[in-house]
Amino acid sequence: MNILSMKTQKIANWGNYPNVESNIHSSEYIDEVIQTVKNSDQITPRGNGRSYGDASLGENILSCLELNKILAFDPNNGILQCQSGVLLSDILEFILPHGYFLPVTPGTKFITVGGAIASDVHGKNHHVDGCFSEHTLNFNLIDSEGNIVSCSAQNNKSLFYETVGGMGRTGVIVDATIKLKPIETSFIKYEYQKVKNLDDMMLSFENCLDWTYSVAWLDVLKGGKDMGRGILMKGEHAKLSELKSTNRKRPLLPHSNKAINMPFFLPSFVLNDYTVKLFNFLYYNKQLAQLKNGIVHYDTFFYPLDSILNWNKCYGKNGFTQYQFVLPKKNSLDGLKAFLNKLRSSKNFSSFLVVLKLFGKTNPSAHWSFPMEGYTLALDIKIKEGIQELIKEFDDIVYKFGGRVYLSKDAFSSRKMFNLPDNLAGKFTSVQINRLKK
Amino acid sequence: MNILIFGASSDISKELARQYAQQNDNVTLLGTGVQRLEPLKLDIEIRNKVKVDLFEFDILKYNNSNEKIKKLINQSDISIMLIGYLGNQNEADENDDELARIVNLNYFKVIEVLNLIQRTYVSKQTGIIAGVSSVAGDRGKQSNFAYGSAKAGLSVYLDGLRNRLYPKGVHVVTIKPGFMATKMTKDLNLPKILTASPQKAAKTIIKAIAKRKNKVFVNWMWKYIMIIIRAIPEPVFKKMKM
Repeated sequence: MNILSMKTQKIANWGNYPNVESNIHSSEYIDEVIQTVKNSDQITPRGNGRSYGDASLGENILSCLELNKILAFDPNNGILQCQSGVLLSDILEFILPHGYFLPVTPGTKFITVGGAIASDVHGKNHHVDGCFSEHTLNFNLIDSEGNIVSCSAQNNKSLFYETVGGMGRTGVIVDATIKLKPIETSFIKYEYQKVKNLDDMMLSFENCLDWTYSVAWLDVLKGGKDMGRGILMKGEHAKLSELKSTNRKRPLLPHSNKAINMPFFLPSFVLNDYTVKLFNFLYYNKQLAQLKNGIVHYDTFFYPLDSILNWNKCYGKNGFTQYQFVLPKKNSLDGLKAFLNKLRSSKNFSSFLVVLKLFGKTNPSAHWSFPMEGYTLALDIKIKEGIQELIKEFDDIVYKFGGRVYLSKDAFSSRKMFNLPDNLAGKFTSVQINRLKK
Repeated sequence: MNILIFGASSDISKELARQYAQQNDNVTLLGTGVQRLEPLKLDIEIRNKVKVDLFEFDILKYNNSNEKIKKLINQSDISIMLIGYLGNQNEADENDDELARIVNLNYFKVIEVLNLIQRTYVSKQTGIIAGVSSVAGDRGKQSNFAYGSAKAGLSVYLDGLRNRLYPKGVHVVTIKPGFMATKMTKDLNLPKILTASPQKAAKTIIKAIAKRKNKVFVNWMWKYIMIIIRAIPEPVFKKMKM
């Protein structure tokens, strides 16, 4: 018997794989959330389901989406306190007019604050600003006993660092206080640089460390001397004086909520080796000049895919997985070459969204966070026969070069690929945790 | 303007508070256990730079000697009554306490409070009262006639009150939501096309008040559904299962 609103439904994360039949508990009242935690033997805290694999799935889910209130805002110091189910998109709409931006944002704005902490998300500015936890001043967590514990890097320090990047294992985050980034405008000054191979790409990353944002798209279908060719995208918050007069009228314009919906799953034959090759060719060659500069709205720069709701459906009903790993810097070149060769030889599994980024310094306190100093590569792979074997081969390469895999994307990798504590037993669990426990 | 919303924790009330705040109106939410709404209050205040007050109010314990309530009503421009209780007809058949609860929470205690509001507004010679009744009050049926009869009483009371207060500059709006997708109905299997969201309901109520409408259905289809349901001859109706 549960007092909360509860419904049973089949749910999946962004990759649409795996699907799990779940009892979803949800309430906007903290006392009811606490009661649910107390009444449950096993429970899975969940945000907006924008992780890709089997994280935050479970038989018994506690959805934080109704905990969606902003609790306090200090416009002078840029400090925001909000509940854990507030979406980053909602925060952006609220803070932009006050001249603030998110200190760290992943490639979608449709994640919750609780999810950002549990995954300790990173963004294109990791080399400058680190992970989300480094800007999280404090959060309140419901522990397995149902107590609310206030945690920060000073107070209850060990619980704070168990929780950031902890994938929900320590409890339910109720609310958090975040230090925002002051900005002059909502626009980003960018430079797109065409790079002809992996060695040059890595050199270019090293040479653009003074840009706040950097990420590269790779054309992974090219091998040989062209291997690792791609486009390095660099960005900086534009100053007011850099805006054109049309944008200067509303320099702190938030994103619009207009988006195209992908109403159905694309048939699985649409994305095949040939279309992906064509896409890669066009994408690389649409930019003719070596360098392209300009100023775009933050929504275009950070969240290009958010403008197509449900873009994940383009991978068909069987879904897809995202494989993201990081290699220590000293092994990155060799490791990436070995990986890209492997990927190219796996003809059945072409991938058109492959991104590369150079992470900054590892944060030694956040021991369960994914990033370490070195290169991280992420790619989408359609799920079909043989995927498990392929991921196993990927894992072997990444492991050999001392790398690790990102739990927030994962559905297939084995335990040795992760940064995890020895003991995974506990009240707060998930399909992913249960899979890795075995 | 100052808006009083009676029945703080209903989904429509929260949405009303949000939407009025967006129009820069100050809102007071009255109900039981309102300290739970503290995050909502903060959220609405921070986003809209208006004042939202929470007022602990148990209508079952109401009596007209409560000075704080009198003061609140006196300072308000609009009062919206959303207190209601669907209850359980089967239980009410067996248990008089449940029957009394249904009648009190939908009719008797509600009109007692409305009576205080009307006296106050009449003496100020201004104000708008909105009452949320129900299509269930338009014809009694076996599944919820205790609730329906109380709402029927409320509807007739609001009709009469509107008539009575017309010359005194006070307006009365009757709202009939039809099926709502709210906590009260979460366990019922309602047809989607006839079910309105709390957002839609709040929007309709705010518009009806602003335009001084008399009787409003949140979903227009309900007007015609109820015309048909009321037209069914009793010899047929009594045999139907609704």
